[in-house]
Amino acid sequence: MQRIGVFVCHCGSNIAATVDVNKVVEMVALEPGVVHAEEYQYMCSEVGQAKIIEAIHEKQLTGVVVCSCSPRMHEATFRKCAERAGLNPYMVEIANIREQCSWIHKDVTEATEKAVILARAAIAKVNLNAPLMPGESRVTKRALVIGGGIAGIQTALDIADAGYEVDIVEKTPSIGGRMSQLDKTFPTLDCSACILTPKMVEASAHEKITLYTYSEVDKVSGFVGDFTVDIRKKARSVDMSKCTGCGVCMEKCPSKKAPSEFNRGLNNRTAIYTPFAQAIPNVPVIDREQCIKFKTGKCGICSKFCQANAIDYDQTDEIITQKYGAIVVATGFDTINLDKYGEYAYNESPDVITSLELERIMNAAGPTKGHLERLSDGKAPKNIVFIQCVGSRCSDDRGKSYCSKICCMYTAKHAMLIRDKYPDVNVSVFYIDVRTPGKNFDEFYRRAVEDYHVNYIKGQVGKVTPEADGSLTVHGVDLIDNRQVKVSADMVVLATAIEPNKDARKIATMLTASIDTNDFLTEAHAKLRPVESPTAGIFLSGVAQGPKDIPETVSQAGAAAIKAVGLLAKDKLLTNPCTASPDPLACNGCSVCANVCPYGAITYENKDVMGPGVRENRRVATVNSALCQGCGACTVACPSGAMDLQGFSNRQIIAEVDAICR
Amino acid sequence: MSLENKEFRPKIVAFCCNWCSYAGADLAGSGRMSYPADVKIIRVPCSCRVNPMFILRAFEKGADGVIMCGCHPGDCHYSTGNFYARRRMTLLFSMLDFIGVENGRTRVEWVSAAEGAKFSKTMNEFVEKIHSLGENVRLGDLRCKN
Amino acid sequence: MQELMGRARELLENGTVARVLGWRAGDQSYNPEPAFFENAVELEKLVYDGFCGANLSKYMIEASKLEGKTLVFLKPCDTYSFNQLIKEHRVDREKAYIIGVGCRGKLDMDQIRNQGIKGILNVSGTELQGPDEITVETIYGTKTVSYASAMLSRCHVCKGKDHVIYDELLGESADTKDADRFDEVAAIEAMTSEERFAFFRKELSKCIRCNACRNVCPACSCRKCVFDSTKFDSAQKANADSFEENMFHIIRAFHVAGRCTDCGECSRVCPQGIPLHLFNRKFIKDINTFYGEFQAGADIQEKGPLTNYTFEDVEPGIVAERG
Repeated sequence: MQRIGVFVCHCGSNIAATVDVNKVVEMVALEPGVVHAEEYQYMCSEVGQAKIIEAIHEKQLTGVVVCSCSPRMHEATFRKCAERAGLNPYMVEIANIREQCSWIHKDVTEATEKAVILARAAIAKVNLNAPLMPGESRVTKRALVIGGGIAGIQTALDIADAGYEVDIVEKTPSIGGRMSQLDKTFPTLDCSACILTPKMVEASAHEKITLYTYSEVDKVSGFVGDFTVDIRKKARSVDMSKCTGCGVCMEKCPSKKAPSEFNRGLNNRTAIYTPFAQAIPNVPVIDREQCIKFKTGKCGICSKFCQANAIDYDQTDEIITQKYGAIVVATGFDTINLDKYGEYAYNESPDVITSLELERIMNAAGPTKGHLERLSDGKAPKNIVFIQCVGSRCSDDRGKSYCSKICCMYTAKHAMLIRDKYPDVNVSVFYIDVRTPGKNFDEFYRRAVEDYHVNYIKGQVGKVTPEADGSLTVHGVDLIDNRQVKVSADMVVLATAIEPNKDARKIATMLTASIDTNDFLTEAHAKLRPVESPTAGIFLSGVAQGPKDIPETVSQAGAAAIKAVGLLAKDKLLTNPCTASPDPLACNGCSVCANVCPYGAITYENKDVMGPGVRENRRVATVNSALCQGCGACTVACPSGAMDLQGFSNRQIIAEVDAICR
Repeated sequence: MSLENKEFRPKIVAFCCNWCSYAGADLAGSGRMSYPADVKIIRVPCSCRVNPMFILRAFEKGADGVIMCGCHPGDCHYSTGNFYARRRMTLLFSMLDFIGVENGRTRVEWVSAAEGAKFSKTMNEFVEKIHSLGENVRLGDLRCKN
Repeated sequence: MQELMGRARELLENGTVARVLGWRAGDQSYNPEPAFFENAVELEKLVYDGFCGANLSKYMIEASKLEGKTLVFLKPCDTYSFNQLIKEHRVDREKAYIIGVGCRGKLDMDQIRNQGIKGILNVSGTELQGPDEITVETIYGTKTVSYASAMLSRCHVCKGKDHVIYDELLGESADTKDADRFDEVAAIEAMTSEERFAFFRKELSKCIRCNACRNVCPACSCRKCVFDSTKFDSAQKANADSFEENMFHIIRAFHVAGRCTDCGECSRVCPQGIPLHLFNRKFIKDINTFYGEFQAGADIQEKGPLTNYTFEDVEPGIVAERG
């Protein structure tokens, strides 16, 4: 039996005005285990805490119940107080007689009765409390950033600048990501490459940053502070240590028919290639599916011309195993596939393009060298129609229910740039709403309308029809004039919805990080912990978490970095002791607990199990207390009750139930 | 609360998850949004910690109603806890209904940390419902109560 | 029968298996009991007939701990239980040699007695390939009843003739299904709340907490049952109060929900004749309705309904809404 002290707080008049605190003291003193009970005006004050400490010493208390405000307010205060008196902090329980009693009840008798019952429940629980010790786990002072776009680059730079080693894993041959494909950026119209390239260079030159391009994460194990990751460096077929980046191989390569991923398939690249001229690292890779040498065994031209002797056809994938303390997911996005949107004729007409394709067309390094021209006949378009929300804010299952967030602004940007450079081109935009909540965003949009006379039509497009003369007819509705409209165009640009990178789900699964139905990674708290995954040690950067523009991505990247740095700066982590704990004697080894654990904290191993009349080696559950967050899902899934939750054990909760229903 | 039932003081156990509903209950408190004192809250880390055994235990010991509150689906602090809790409670409540326990005696409500008003409203409704059902004679510990 | 014995002897003699799990005769011709046989001499006592209804999968939990393989005879429905036990790591597939035995339904003495037959001495014609009519010798003379009329009620809602796991098959199976397994549950659902309460009070008050249902159930196979452990302060024995049986049977069914293959053993063994399978079937019916058709033990890769979820799952409020 515990020796319990009960401390009833008046909270000034907050509690005492409605609850007869003296009556509570009198009643709880009769409870089994209670050896001390007193009331005081402010238990959380210095004096109040001194009273608790004094009673712990004088009455040799083994448990403390404080009847006061919500544990969410002062549980930590009273636990620390008990600890100062030499008591294990987890021997303290709070009876919430303010928020859940005095503040909501008016009748003193009723409130006092309830306060006594709440105190009894807490006493019943403390009677079954056991001292708990937070565990410790070490922190590997190295971070992994998955994804080498602007989000990943910024996160890596910020972590590296704080003095920690960072590795970036990027699956394409170069870092840079989507931002490297953009021509100009809103709302300032800076050249995207001009602001991104210096960051790419900085990342590659940083002594604390290691780049693994053309690489993927293969396997993740471990937990916060101590992850072990297998990185697959895909065979580049080019020796990175020898290649000088002269580019002769690419000039000489006879296989020139591979669609360029970087230019969204609008033109072709060679089999040995770098995605774009400013690629970092500036070392080409051989696309083995396109390479004649790999397909037929004959060719080898690149090897013949390479003076550095860097071509290595025999290179194989390499697995690098590395330990990390923190992992940042910055896997970015892609535009959705438009196969389900036949009405826009995207697959029928080459002159119906996505906005990202338009970025490439308008870029001086793009397939048309920056000339605005139709892909069908190379002619300059005279009438361009932009269609907003293609697949975004979609109510059926063809598209995405969410707003892609960036489209309104980049469409205004495209429209403005076109009108600026080609004033004789008519530009119309079909929109549902124009959303411009951002610094200087609405001003930017208004410039497009007012200064550049872009024709904004509120309404949706039902159909785009390719005509015999090569033009396109856009059938839409103008909701403001309430009429059907037909606009003739020679180019149609679709503001295609963005979606998380196809690999996001696979990566989230490896990390046991939660992910929503749209494949965006879930944050630990939508408002208060937006850059952390609920899985400890995993941080979120950029569009992997939700649609964002560049400045938002960069700020989130920095926030994710500081969260990671906050973790890496610690030498050891204290783990929450209220974790699941299995009883091997009762464990069936059935795995049901592991099946519901959101953190991958439960594993199974064969162990010697010893108990009364039992001595055998068998499969039992083991909880990694560094991973376990203490939700308790496993405890209910376990039919034998072998899995219990420390601090919220079955017996403790049942004791509370019994005390309340007594 | 109707006058003729004044003498009946139901025992109601409310399991609240620490992160959303318990915080919602606190918010109801700081907003002075009253609900009957018959409701007593038990704090659990997550709705997925609520074992059907606890609910039956409450009925065994004379509870007249048991309500469980958790984060809204999709907002669970532990990301998936309330999804499991939802299935467990759906099946359990259906079973209790099947064996003839009035289905109004059990309830699940998702209450976020910001929904103090919803917490208070839910508890008022639930207590009213239990009043309309009266004492839990069917499932109470018949032997000990009489 | 001879075929079974012959095959068992072969496998035992060539060393494929170290023992055979089958049946030996009980004190009456109609109550054979599960038994292990370790050599040819013991094997002479092996019997197999229509009364060999027990689901032997659960015995394989212990047999998995023994040296060498155990030959086990499983009916189609038993293989679901065995599969479920594999999924839960309770049996070792490598330690089992499964002969999937054909089945034409299993017999229930009560069904024979209920036809007004008294003073039964012996029952014959119950073999796997036996006649359509079985012969009952009584002190009043010999009578015959149709095989189908003597079947366990669970065989009338048979889940199929296919074995979901086996090493080899022996014997043909027959279609015995002639009713929907959820009819009984639906009939109770149609009653008023008061009627349902009265029905279950009447049934459950018969419970003597003998734990036969628990002991026979392949899913209810915890090393330590929560009702016997100190972890829930629920270690009360036999009906300490009128609530105990409610709690025990609800929780028992809840613990096997999503894992119960509906083998019907609980009802078969209940000495008080409580229709315990109704609890399990109610859960199965709800699972099928709420979360899609699910057959425990059919697929060992598939997530169980209680370890799975979708964002759109029904809310518990549906119970009150549907009235």
